[in-house]
Amino acid sequence: MALIQETDFGTPVSKLEKRVTLTIDGQKVSVPEGTSIMRAAMELNNEIPKLCATDSVEAFGSCRLCLVEIEGRNGTPASCTTPVAEGIVVKTQTPRLKQLRKGVMELYISDHPLDCLTCSANGDCELQDMAGVVGLREVRYGYEGENHIVSKKDESNPYFTYDPSKCIVCSRCVRACEEVQGTFALTISGRGFDSRVSAGMNEPFITSECVSCGACVQACPTATLQEKSVAEIGTPEHSVVTTCAYCGVGCSFKAEMRGDELVRMVPYKDGKANRGHSCVKGRFAYGYATHRDRILKPMIRAKITDPWREVSWEEAIEHTASEFKRIQGQYGRSSIGGITSSRCTNEETYLVQKLVRAGFGNNNVDTCARVCHSPTGYGLKTTFGTSAGTQDFDSVEQTDVIFVIGANPTDGHPVFASRMKRRLRAGAKLIVADPRRIDMVKSAHIRADYHLPLKPGTNVALVTALAHVVVTEGLVNEDYVRERADLDTFNDWAAFVAEERHSPEATELVTGVPANLVRDAARLYATGGNAAIYYGLGVTEHSQGSTAVMAIANLAMATGNVGREGVGVNPLRGQNNVQGSCDMGSFPHEYPGYRHVSEDSTRELYEKLWGVPLDPEPGLRIPNMLDAAVDGTFKGLYVQGEDIAQSDPDAKHVIGGLKAMECVVVQDLFLNETANYAHVFLPGCSFLEKDGTFTNAERRIQLVRKVMAPKNGYADWEITLLIAKAMGYEMDYSHPSEIMDEVAASTPSFAGVSFERLDELGSIQWPCNEKAPEGTPTMHIGQFVRGKGNFVLTEYVGTDEKVGPRFPLLLTTGRILSQYNVGAQTRRTENSRWHEEDRLEIHPVDAEDRGVRDGDWVMLRSRAGETSLRALITDRVAPGVVYTTFHHPNTQANVITTDFSDWATNCPEYKVTAVQVSPSNGPSAWQEEYEEHSQLSRRILAQAAE
Amino acid sequence: MSAHKIYVPGDAAAVALGADKVAQAFADAFKAKGLDVQIVRNGSRGMHWLEPLVEVVTPFGRRVGYGPVNPKDVGPLLEAGLLEGQSASLYLGNVEKIPFFAKQQRFTFARCGIVDPLSLDDYKAHDGYKGLARAIELGGPATVEEVFDSGLRGRGGAGFPTGIKWRTVAQTPPQQKYIVCNADEGDSGTFADRMIMEGDPFTLIEGMTIAGLAVGATKGYVYCRSEYPHAIAAMNGAIKIARKAGYLGQRIAGSDYDFDMEVRVGAGAYVCGEETSLLESLEGRRGLVRAKPPLPAHKGLFGRPTVINNVVSLCSVPFILANGAKTYSDVGFGRSRGTMPIQLAGNVKYGGLFECAFGITLGELVEEVGGGTFTGRPVRAVQVGGPLGAYFPTSLFDTEFDYEAFAKKDGLIGHGGIVIFDDTVDMARQARFAMEFCGVESCGKCTPCRIGAVRGVETLDKVIAGQDRERNLQVVEDLCHTMKLGSLCALGGFTPYPVMSAITHFPEDFGRGAPLSVAAE
Repeated sequence: MALIQETDFGTPVSKLEKRVTLTIDGQKVSVPEGTSIMRAAMELNNEIPKLCATDSVEAFGSCRLCLVEIEGRNGTPASCTTPVAEGIVVKTQTPRLKQLRKGVMELYISDHPLDCLTCSANGDCELQDMAGVVGLREVRYGYEGENHIVSKKDESNPYFTYDPSKCIVCSRCVRACEEVQGTFALTISGRGFDSRVSAGMNEPFITSECVSCGACVQACPTATLQEKSVAEIGTPEHSVVTTCAYCGVGCSFKAEMRGDELVRMVPYKDGKANRGHSCVKGRFAYGYATHRDRILKPMIRAKITDPWREVSWEEAIEHTASEFKRIQGQYGRSSIGGITSSRCTNEETYLVQKLVRAGFGNNNVDTCARVCHSPTGYGLKTTFGTSAGTQDFDSVEQTDVIFVIGANPTDGHPVFASRMKRRLRAGAKLIVADPRRIDMVKSAHIRADYHLPLKPGTNVALVTALAHVVVTEGLVNEDYVRERADLDTFNDWAAFVAEERHSPEATELVTGVPANLVRDAARLYATGGNAAIYYGLGVTEHSQGSTAVMAIANLAMATGNVGREGVGVNPLRGQNNVQGSCDMGSFPHEYPGYRHVSEDSTRELYEKLWGVPLDPEPGLRIPNMLDAAVDGTFKGLYVQGEDIAQSDPDAKHVIGGLKAMECVVVQDLFLNETANYAHVFLPGCSFLEKDGTFTNAERRIQLVRKVMAPKNGYADWEITLLIAKAMGYEMDYSHPSEIMDEVAASTPSFAGVSFERLDELGSIQWPCNEKAPEGTPTMHIGQFVRGKGNFVLTEYVGTDEKVGPRFPLLLTTGRILSQYNVGAQTRRTENSRWHEEDRLEIHPVDAEDRGVRDGDWVMLRSRAGETSLRALITDRVAPGVVYTTFHHPNTQANVITTDFSDWATNCPEYKVTAVQVSPSNGPSAWQEEYEEHSQLSRRILAQAAE
Repeated sequence: MSAHKIYVPGDAAAVALGADKVAQAFADAFKAKGLDVQIVRNGSRGMHWLEPLVEVVTPFGRRVGYGPVNPKDVGPLLEAGLLEGQSASLYLGNVEKIPFFAKQQRFTFARCGIVDPLSLDDYKAHDGYKGLARAIELGGPATVEEVFDSGLRGRGGAGFPTGIKWRTVAQTPPQQKYIVCNADEGDSGTFADRMIMEGDPFTLIEGMTIAGLAVGATKGYVYCRSEYPHAIAAMNGAIKIARKAGYLGQRIAGSDYDFDMEVRVGAGAYVCGEETSLLESLEGRRGLVRAKPPLPAHKGLFGRPTVINNVVSLCSVPFILANGAKTYSDVGFGRSRGTMPIQLAGNVKYGGLFECAFGITLGELVEEVGGGTFTGRPVRAVQVGGPLGAYFPTSLFDTEFDYEAFAKKDGLIGHGGIVIFDDTVDMARQARFAMEFCGVESCGKCTPCRIGAVRGVETLDKVIAGQDRERNLQVVEDLCHTMKLGSLCALGGFTPYPVMSAITHFPEDFGRGAPLSVAAE
């Protein structure tokens, strides 16, 4: 294995169709119009010397190394900024050019430290390379002149350093921050010789607006912006392309290694989801994999009040199997179940559901998608016929109107947010529906054309009102509807939404959004060209989550915005493999590929494949499992890579259920909150330590490649195999690729998927079969998967969770850029430097009413419970709304959230809770008790001398 | 109507020489004597050694001048019958008969110093807005061709044919287009832009309006350096008046064309006189030079097709339209057609603005028009075209003032500024200054300019200190080669002109023998 070196073409690819032919150093080359001479030369493997050019950003023309001569033209134009022209004859190497390049390099080196041997970029430095390339042998200016060599290094960022002494002012970092990331945190300060890269107004990186996406570090040609890990470990020697295990964007990374030590994660340019970009999580926050909290040995205990006892893998697996068998013997076949993880691979998820269905003999399997995007599955299947988003991420480049609702892409899906922002800067229009003034509403060079600041819980009323405007103002795309939709359902729906009670004027009372804004936004969406909807958990995690998804689908169909590039309905999936875990049959009622367990043909197929009879009745959902546990009929649970005690709503109820079970088996990297109530702990492995696949929000299946051996001894899929075998249901796989082969053989939408094909193509978007052998970037082209698009009536029913005198504020929850979900991973990295604790965002007016000052401890109380956290006073939230994140277990935001849930899917209503806020002295008694209990539950007995 | 009218220039150069105090002294005296006299703050005639140059309209309608007037001269002059145009001390008679003025061919500056800068009536009475009327009659395409036929070339320094620039913008598909006027006049020894903006602001407004009409642009910006407060005030005042009179805004002068404009003030960077960094600055960003292509004509201000012309170029347009391209192109020399407002500055006896047809020799300009040095010592060198222009020795004084003739002698005429030095000048220090200037004003984008200028100063210091002279002069020469061909814009690219011309023509100042030309004599 070698270090993967990606070709840098110097300037971005031209998308123009017309081709022009030119001659470079006697060789003819034909490239698209608009291509730079530099890139055209690179097509001939003629690498013109360069420093300021790199193909992730537009040409800049500052380093003056890439000068060329063109016959018949004066001077020595820069090849990066000069586009090709038909018939021109270019020379890239002449005596004059050689002298010029040498002259420029001589200047560069006259202001650069000569510490190459001890420099962290030694061997990986473009300046060093270019000095060699141009044949610089002497710096006649000497080194006593004015220079920057004593400039102070900025080491404030936990992941990278900024060393101005090594800066060559190529501006690649500044341009990457602007063009790739879209944050505009960097600039050049000073003029002339004093020019130097600066974060904000000469601030330290850590306190500047920098979001640590790493784009600048990646763009830097020298050691000026350098990963601390490279400085510490040295340069990597081999690399493996793999897929990020954080959010649903699914970025491709090169894991750059020295031996089995990870040196750095570098975004992979050929990654079709991220196109070479990254965020602070995927790029830098991998330290959790080697954090001291990580458990590497199996442990068991008789009671949850006992300390843990480390045991051998054999004992742990044997104990698990015997307990599950005992429980099933005692309480019946349905008394145990399993939970699959949206963080694990498709193959692992498939195995857990197979273990439950074939090994446990029931359908008691569910997944964390229950609590996030289950309404997406239901809503899109009902309307379009498939449980997934309609587009690929590239589609946004063709979009004219972006409509973001209930999603906070800059924090939750930062890499895709950057692409969205790029498109917006190029002129696309933007509508944002969100109770908060999120960054998409207004940030550097981004301003939403319409921000619809709706009250939490009123999505259905708002989207139906948008539809009202479309229908009553004659903005329906009638040709499209006639051809593509079920007309009966359309006519019913059109009549329904046209009712006066759905007008923006009527719904304004409910949603709080001024009617004229709704009208203008609807007109823009319907008439602004290609319109695409991007939504997140702010849509699904409501008592009407499924209804809201269908309202969105209706709106898109009525305006003809499904079935081609640039449009569509796009759920921004939260977790790396939430799409995949749903695809793989994690729900109690569905086999892989969303086929109902009661369908005889599918069931028979699996009975034959798995060699056991299967239960035709759907099993228990997570909330039902917990209810049944409290009722005493559900006693054993295998939880792979999920922390229901922290992530599921109404934490007290969850804990009550867990406490009522007799054998809770947790497989995880850490002793998470659920493990506090577990009897068996099976140490899991990180995504770096196993093979498999993840499926991202675009239905894109990508390989996860093992870069190091599992530190715990087994990959997660192997652990499930061990349990199955001990349970008496042996599954025979020697590699995850064989599991995927089984999925492909039994699931029509995956028929063409295999590890070999994935290796070959890089990634595949399902469906992938004979009709689409390379996968399906855009769905529903020509016709919907279900045939005709199905319009559904979306009656708004307000949640039962209502504000009143006791609970006058609405709490909504969300994520922040630096932390990821329950924080199990990111809290164990330096990312916590940006977000050490969850805070309660409260409007200045509400804060003043309650005598709360910024940073004060406040008590947050709902019908379900209470917790304390510190206040952050901000007008990002509207009066009457408060907001917090749920990354830290000691905050216990889910003690507050209620057990209300989506009518169709039981997806919890995280996004709306009526609360009261009052000043407090510190953590609540409950929190202190919980903290104490957690400490106790995590005790591990000192190892007896062996 | 006042019984009498006197002109006291409001031009910044005149003000610097006490014109405001003179005007105040007149006002006080008139008040004390109960005289009803109108004081017009006109522009400058461009004869700086005579400023403050006060002119009086005599009872017979003649206009006679007195200068340079000191406030303490006001009383005696009034006593001596100044208001009647009586001959007295400082009496100059008809200023247009003064040889410096009489020898000129004033096309562009025809009104400057004569009219009340903020009187639209005065402007119209002196042929103002005749050019626009003709342009409206001709329509856009024919107006572009008229400018092309005039042979007008960019007066900012580059000498690019204005008509071709306009044609390029006119040929882009209809969309928002802009006219940008480069009034960031930063070259040493130049003041033509300032003088005409202060003395005849409507000319620039008319020129920009014609440009807008010609290429289909509806919005114009004057990017003016902050060091020109009087010009900014004059332009803003004139724009307001023109707008009120229907010469700016919608349906200008009753035509079907729309055009409006505003003044934007720079922040003190010389490099913002370079057109692309000017556009960056105008957009609110750092004044960083852009790589070309794309040309501003295709992607200029805010990414839209933009005509960007110098003040003098745009101010020449009303004359061309009003009098026809031929009248303009009939004068000139070679490919340099029309007139050029040449600015004489530095150590010169008769400093000021001298507008004449191309083709006059450098020697005539310095010795005859300028009258030699102010100190009376022999002229040793003149720098033509600003701080990035070449130094000319007297041996090259037969060079005709013409873009090509100057290029042939490794020089440039630039914006028409000539700075004169006597025989006390140390040309090695002047060469060092060129590098220092480049270092101070470099935007910092491209390497040859950013680092090269600093190394240039350091290496010339070594030369001046007599350290390893020949080797270091070789380094300077190589550096100049790198800067000339490698720099992104003219700042770094032209800095070698003063440096190399100093080394070539004045080698003795660098510790080398006399120049070949001298040695051969």
